[in-house]
Amino acid sequence: MSALNWGAAEPHLPILLVMTPIFGALFSTFLRRGVLAWLLALIVTLSLPLMSITLLLKVLETGQPIIYKIGNWDAPFGIVYKVDQLSAYVLCVISFIGAVILPYARRSIAAEIEEPAQSWYITMYLLCLGGLLGIVITGDAFNAFVFLEISSLSTYVLIALGRHRRALLASYQYLIMGTIGATFYIIGVGLLYLVTGTLNFDDLSQRLSTAVADPGMRNATLTALGFIVVGLALKLALFPMHVWLPNAYAYAPSVATAFLAGTATKAAIYLLIRVVFSVFGTALSVEALPIPDLLLVLSLAAMFLASFSAVFENNAKRMLAYSSVAQVGYIMLGVALANQASMTGALAHIANHAIMKTALFLALGAVFYRIGSVLYSDMSGIGRKMPLTMAAFAIAGIGLMGTPGTSGFISKWYLAIGAIDAGLYSVVFMIVASSLISVVYIGRITEVVWFREPSPAAATAKEAPLSMLIPLWLLAGLTVYLGFDTRLTADVSAKAADILIGGIR
Amino acid sequence: MMDALQQFSAHYNYYITIFLMISGLFIVIARGNLIKKLIGLSLFQTSVYLLYLTPAKIVGGTAPIYDKNFTVYANPLPHVLMLTAIVVGVATLALGLALVVRIKEAYGTVEEDEIFTKDPESE
Repeated sequence: MSALNWGAAEPHLPILLVMTPIFGALFSTFLRRGVLAWLLALIVTLSLPLMSITLLLKVLETGQPIIYKIGNWDAPFGIVYKVDQLSAYVLCVISFIGAVILPYARRSIAAEIEEPAQSWYITMYLLCLGGLLGIVITGDAFNAFVFLEISSLSTYVLIALGRHRRALLASYQYLIMGTIGATFYIIGVGLLYLVTGTLNFDDLSQRLSTAVADPGMRNATLTALGFIVVGLALKLALFPMHVWLPNAYAYAPSVATAFLAGTATKAAIYLLIRVVFSVFGTALSVEALPIPDLLLVLSLAAMFLASFSAVFENNAKRMLAYSSVAQVGYIMLGVALANQASMTGALAHIANHAIMKTALFLALGAVFYRIGSVLYSDMSGIGRKMPLTMAAFAIAGIGLMGTPGTSGFISKWYLAIGAIDAGLYSVVFMIVASSLISVVYIGRITEVVWFREPSPAAATAKEAPLSMLIPLWLLAGLTVYLGFDTRLTADVSAKAADILIGGIR
Repeated sequence: MMDALQQFSAHYNYYITIFLMISGLFIVIARGNLIKKLIGLSLFQTSVYLLYLTPAKIVGGTAPIYDKNFTVYANPLPHVLMLTAIVVGVATLALGLALVVRIKEAYGTVEEDEIFTKDPESE
């Protein structure tokens, strides 16, 4: 079934998937010219989706997780990389988004970053990609922290290279919040290590189930759970810990925004799902700490309050950033309901939101490339000058609303079924209601770009170059395609959800 | 009273850890000076080193190399983990300070409230 023949490298794909971008980053530091670094990164990032798809196919075929022992040390002693349905699926999403953006990145980076920094920028992009893939593939709690910090540190640099001086402040704020989040996570892991003496996820979950019988151990375990959930909630921008996100997305260079919006929060969401479900098992979380209830309330708050903020925003990138907070709310809602259908919806939304939001930010990046601004006042009437770009924006925007026939509908459909299964009919109503708010904020920008007289900046704009349009339309096309063919998203998500939920009972 | 004191002295390094943790976090939140915030952040991260290292040290324990003369061994793994965490902490602090240098160049100040008065929208 595996379409690609990797030869002798086949058993080493899990480690290659992480090491290729990290070594790519290393080599690109030696390339002084931005174009050369970009070419190297293009080769690296295009190879990654092939690897992750091979891994996904293999896992789906055998139904068994792939365990890769680093240095051939066995599980509790050495670090293992574990690829199961869930991680293979998230790996595919992240590596695919990373690859799609790169052809687009050349012109955008050339326009937004000064020359000596261009190859460094590519280096940071590859490091960040490697870190995110590492978070998802690793089976070791501390290793996940190291990758979390690799991706975060490179993200801070990616954001700080934005042209406006506020990018520096946004990056600084994210550095403070991100480090607090990661440190909370590591405190939690430390407590778990004290309780169990292991860092391997599988080993942890086995030893925890017996360790919690002791009241003292149980308290330490619950404290660890609290620290880890709060720390990761900071990382994944769960309301109300999202305050770093709008500025970071708004002032980062276009390529970084598109990449981070598609991937960074998703890796943190994956890690949270992995820890809450696979390590603790929801049984522990439900009985002792009201974590699902807490997540439910916070995600509903995110869906409404962040959406409202998006409605009144006049900077298109900030508007989409608030919308990202709301969409993270949808994903966390599915996680909080924790049944088969809702998990399927949440996992499908990881892919669907990554595709739609990346498409939207790429479209804005193309606008920024042409007119140097994404304020509504400058963007008015831009649709007439850049029809292809803004048409793709509109398609992805319609997907974001969750209109039938787009991928956004599929995930919200499963979420709604999950809410019905959980007996929470009011949540179904709220999913629909908050989708209506997204109609308002997408509708508002659509009105600005299509139905107003062109602003002075927009009047002289030209259609975006082909290297930007192709990735953009690929993602916009996928938004529609995945609304009809759900084999890639919902079916794989359902299998992954089976295993996650099955792990609890 | 004696019980409480004994309890305290048996766990005093944990109390130090918690004190450092809280004071670090407090500095990050309460201070408006960007450099002081970073110092607080560093303190917060440092407290985690103690959290890991405290249980790893066993009194009289030696390195886990098998030898007939020793029976008590200490686990070296937490030390190794914290070596990694120290590297991460140093990298974070360095990057944070580099950002503060750039912020000082762009805004002419490292006080948060002065930055916000110069650039109200950046909050």
